[in-house]
Formats: sequence, structure tokens, C-alpha cells
Amino acid sequence: MMDFRLQPSAEARRAELREFLGEHMSLELEEKVYRTGVSHDAEFTRALVDGGWIAPSWPVEFGGQGLDPEEMVAVGEELRLADAPLYGIGTTTMVSAVILAVGTEAQKAEIIPKALAGEIVIVLGFSEPEAGSDVAAATTRAVPDGDDWVVNGQKMFTTNAQIGDYVFLLARTNTEVAKHKGLTMFLVPLDQPGVEVQAVYTLSGERTNIVYYNDVRVSDAWRIGEVDGGWHTMTVALGNEHAASFAAAIDRLLRATEAWARDTTDDDGVPYLEDRSVREELGRTVIDLEVSRLLQRRAAWMAGSGQTLVAEGPMSKLFSSEALSARAQAVAEVVGPDALRSYFDPSAPSHGVIEHLLRFSLGTTIYAGTSEVHRNMIAQRGLGLPRNR
Amino acid sequence: MDLRPSDEQQQLADAFGALYGKESSPERVRAAEPLGFDERLWHQLLDLGALSMAVDEDHGGWGATALDLELVAEEHGRALGSAPLFESQVAGRLLARVGGEVAGDLLARALAGERLVTVSPRTVRDGVVPLVPAGAVATDVIVRHGDALVVVPTGDDRTVPENVGSQPLADVPAGHDLLDAAPVLAPDGAGELLDSALDDWLLLTAGALAGMAERAVQIGVAYASEREAFGQKIGAFQAVGHRLADGATASAGATLLAREAAWAVDEDPGRSAQLAAMAFAFAAQTARDTTDVSLHVHGGYGFMLEYDIQLYYRRARGWANVLMSPAAACRRVADKRYGPVGAR
Repeated sequence: MMDFRLQPSAEARRAELREFLGEHMSLELEEKVYRTGVSHDAEFTRALVDGGWIAPSWPVEFGGQGLDPEEMVAVGEELRLADAPLYGIGTTTMVSAVILAVGTEAQKAEIIPKALAGEIVIVLGFSEPEAGSDVAAATTRAVPDGDDWVVNGQKMFTTNAQIGDYVFLLARTNTEVAKHKGLTMFLVPLDQPGVEVQAVYTLSGERTNIVYYNDVRVSDAWRIGEVDGGWHTMTVALGNEHAASFAAAIDRLLRATEAWARDTTDDDGVPYLEDRSVREELGRTVIDLEVSRLLQRRAAWMAGSGQTLVAEGPMSKLFSSEALSARAQAVAEVVGPDALRSYFDPSAPSHGVIEHLLRFSLGTTIYAGTSEVHRNMIAQRGLGLPRNR
Repeated sequence: MDLRPSDEQQQLADAFGALYGKESSPERVRAAEPLGFDERLWHQLLDLGALSMAVDEDHGGWGATALDLELVAEEHGRALGSAPLFESQVAGRLLARVGGEVAGDLLARALAGERLVTVSPRTVRDGVVPLVPAGAVATDVIVRHGDALVVVPTGDDRTVPENVGSQPLADVPAGHDLLDAAPVLAPDGAGELLDSALDDWLLLTAGALAGMAERAVQIGVAYASEREAFGQKIGAFQAVGHRLADGATASAGATLLAREAAWAVDEDPGRSAQLAAMAFAFAAQTARDTTDVSLHVHGGYGFMLEYDIQLYYRRARGWANVLMSPAAACRRVADKRYGPVGAR
């Protein structure tokens, strides 16, 4: 029987998490995250650990809840809807999953317990000034020296490097082979000489960093995966998530717009909820939210029922991020001048969520694979079109 | 969650798919133009139960679910069926909902194939019911007269305008005398009855437009995989491939949303009217855009009548706009979600 509802256990997890967030998530914390630009909070992280929410898809023996993909859809929706500070936890658990898959026993023993106890933060060192979407073009070098490697280079967009304990670093270890075949991954301790972190501020308010590596040493014991096998390790890292989605951000936009439309009246004293153009834009936002949800849920359902995903993940990320950008723009226009009032400015409607989402949305079509990269994947894998250039 | 149709549903969709494959080839679709009615296809659809499935058992049908109907609608859209499938189904369901002797009698005759009944989504204007869907081939049209619902014969005086989607539309005369003398299906409540008929109509059309959009993307992909320019298959150009990728993504979303809306009729009835309008708006916009992209990918050939994509381009517009624009459907979503207001 076809059923579009998430299974009851997913809704049960949602209710539990909602209760947890009611207790531990607040407008004050949301504002602190925004003002500092740091999507990580030690106290909130401890609460997640204590509540069993730090890595709910992980098996219970690691401190997770063993949730399946459908349950994780509900969990992810609630966490993102609340705009909880999760970026540091997200990168940490993602790298932990890679270590679990391809790491040594010593690496697993050292990293995984601390990561899932919220005691360490692991950040990502993939992008470079000249290697963004084409991440395999990385030129940061790692050269063997006894039992160590010596790293030199520069990484872009290493968010949370200023609070991170380790960086999961993509480095070139062989320049004599094709670009994908000369890469190696390392887990590099950040607290050491030669690591220089330079802050970069972004349009969404989030702080990220450029990180310079000057003769930074890393033991071969912290190599993750094979020498020159870094591309394989990367695909493990990137393949773990079935489908990214910004549905919850569209939901935030919808709720903020609905609240504004109910609470605000035009010059004749009529609520904007009765305005024809406002209703049309609300209708469009409701639709794009539902389609975003469906595309993500399809991918989760397929993963959960053992089906092979073809292009469903890229479709979820592409559609939801593009829809978020388009909707945020359209909503800001229909709300009018009040939508200019900034996030957490006391005068802003719905505490300025619409203004923030307008800026936030721009990054969503760029990071975690640009829309163009995802369109390539859909065209080639999903539609069988010839490889493009 | 389970997004796979049941075995029975798949068999039903396959049975209709096979019929359309045989009886609604692009050649047959062309041959049925400009009227847009293929009598042979229509009779075979009736034989397979296309109308009786839409009507519940108490009223002489076999009571398929809305989801069953939606899956068939996808096949209808994929093949551009030249037959008044939705019009008949919507009318049949409306007659069953209205009940009573007049409606029951008309429904029985429709199920027996003696009458072909349609519904007008528009009210009478200057003595004419304008652009009645299937009005050119129907024997009767259900129309609003004041607060009453009446049946008007399409008659010999109807005019049949040529139209962009090659649909069997008609402007049906309905002066006051004729309306006053017309058999009354329901003396009052016409607005609500027609509104629920419109929910059915939007839902079924959403399914058809989703199927149409999926097929249009396939046609564009097939052409882009074969045609070469500047030394390579044109599908290798991102300017082509990316637009088709967007179309495939939207088509997948349109199909999922149409199916969810159909599922909700039985499983989440409080939300089903909103979902039907959502599904229609998104499918209409997706069919509009994907047929445009696919036609454009064909270059000059897409502009030639000889290529099939133009058949899709025209119907994507006709089948949707005969009911309402995507923008109007978005406002209907708001009506269903927040309650109606007077248009300002």
C-alpha cells in the first residue's frame, strides 16, 4: 500500500526531539549563533550527547539511537527548523563515519568515542583557492618525512577551524599521476605550529576560515585510508548522506511569512493574509516546501528499503536549494520594505528570519556541491546524457 | 512510507499503459486533430472501465481509489490521450455525489455509454457556457444556474472553436429559457458541489500533466543523445543537459506530489483539497516548462509540426489553462489552507 506518511516511529522521534529542543533551544541561542557566526555551542552539544541526539543514526553502542533513514528525515527536519547549532557536530560525525569505515583500529579508538561524546570538533579541509567544485584539483602538498608527513598549502572555507581539534585534510601526495589518483586524506591536529587560521566572514553571518599550512607535521598514523587513495576516502565521506535538503529552511520561511501576513495590516487595516499577491506567494511557498520534502523522503525511503539511488539525492539538494533561493527572494519582495529589517533587529517582522533566509539561501546553491555539479550528476547518471564539458 | 504502487495498482496502470501504447500513438494523436477526439480510443477506454472505475459501487461503478485514477491519468498524459477521460470521470463522480433520481438516471446512462456527460468549470456568461471541456463531443454538460446545478444538452447550436491544445472544447448556448427548463440535479449547494468536482479535476489533470512532463523530458533527452553539433552530442553541452536535468527534477516532484494528493483523498482527507490544488499548480508549471525546454532542445526541428514534441507543448498549455493558470491554482492553495477571502 502506498503511504506518504513517515512511519509512526519517525513521528515519535520527532515528538521526542521537539520536546528536547523546547528545553534546550531558544531564541537567545539562535541569536548567539548568528552574532558569533559559529554554528557550534558547547552547552547545547553536551545536552545533545546527554539526550542521545548527537548522532542518532549511529548504533546504540556508540551513543546513537540506531535510527533508520526515515526516522532521520524527521530528526533532520526538526533540528533544521529550530536552526540548532549543528555544523560542528555535522562535520565531526561525518568524518567519524569515514574513520569507522576505512580507519585503523587505533584511529577508531582514539577519535570515535570522543567525537560522539561531543568532546572534539573535526573540521573539513577540502576546498582551496583554485579548487572548489573541482576539489580533486587540490594542490596542498603532503610529503613523507620518516614516520611523518609534512604539509604545505592553503585551504578555503574551513568552517570552525578556530574551535576545531582536527582537520580532515585532502592533500596531494603524488603529482605524477592523474589528479584523482594522487590524493591522500589525513586527520591533522590543528593545535600545532605552522597552522594559521584566518577568519572569513560570509553573507549569511556565518564565520568560516582560510587555513594556511606551513611545514605542518602529521604522523602517518593519522593518515585516513590508503596513500594516494584519498579520492576513494572522499567518496565514502560524500556518499554517506542519501539526500541533503533545505526543506526545513523553506518551512522556516513559510512560517515567518505566515506570521507576518496574519499580524500585519495594510493601510486599510486589512491583514496581508487577505492580499491576493501575498496569497499567491504563500501558495507557491507551500508547494515548493512539499516538493522539497517529497524529493528528500523519496531518497530516504529508497535508502531505507535497500533500493539503489541513481540521481535522487542530487535532485533533493538541487531542487530544495534553488527553491529556497527563489522563494526567499519572492517573499522578500511581496512583504515589501519591512523585509529589509535585519535578522534579530528588534524592529524586524518574525525576528528578521525572511531577511536572513534571503542571505542564507545564496550559500545553499553553492556549498556541498554547486547546483551545476548536481545538474551534471542528474544529467549523466539520471538521464544517461553524454559526459559534458 | 511506501512510494511504490501496489501490485494491483501497477497492473492497472500497465493495462491502461498498454492500451494507450496501441491506441494513442503519436500518429493517432495527430489523426484525431484538430478536434482531439479519437472515438476508437474512447470506446476501448470505456471497455477497460475508464468511467466505471471512477464511480463507486453503490452507483454502478467499481469504485477505484483516487490513487488508481491518478495512476491512469499519468498514462493518459504520457500518451496525450485524445479522449474525454477526466471530463467523464469528474462528471460521473459529481453525479454520484449529488444523488437523487435525475442524477442517478443520467449517471446510469453515462455508464451504459448512451450519454457522454461533462462539467463546466465556468458559469454561464452572456447566454453561453464558454469553452466547455469535452463540450464538442459530450451530449450533456452540468452547469451552475444560480445556486442550482442543472444539466444542459450540448445541442446542435454549440460552436466548436479551434484551440491551441486541439481539445474538443465547445461554447454551449444556455439562455435563461433553456436554463430554467433544464433538469435540476441539485436545487442548491451548486458552489460546493462544483468545488469538490474541481478538486477531482485538478487532481486528475495534475497526474496527466506530470506524466506529460516526464514524457516530454524523455523525448528531449532522446533527441539530445542523438543529435550532434560542434563535434559532439548536444546533450553533452551543459546549456542543454542542465535544463533537461531541471526538467527531470521538476517532473519527479510533480509526479510525487500528484500521487500524494491522490493518496490523501482517502488517507488524509483534511488536506486533500489543498494538495490537489498544489499538485495542479506544480504539474501545470512543470509541464509548461519541460515541454518548452524539450521543444527548444530540438532546435528548428522542434518548430516543425512533423516532430512529436509540439504535440506535448500545445497540450501542456491547453489541458492546464482550460481549468486555471498556475497562479490561480496557487491562490486556491491559499484558499484551502487559510480559508477564502473576497478577492481584493
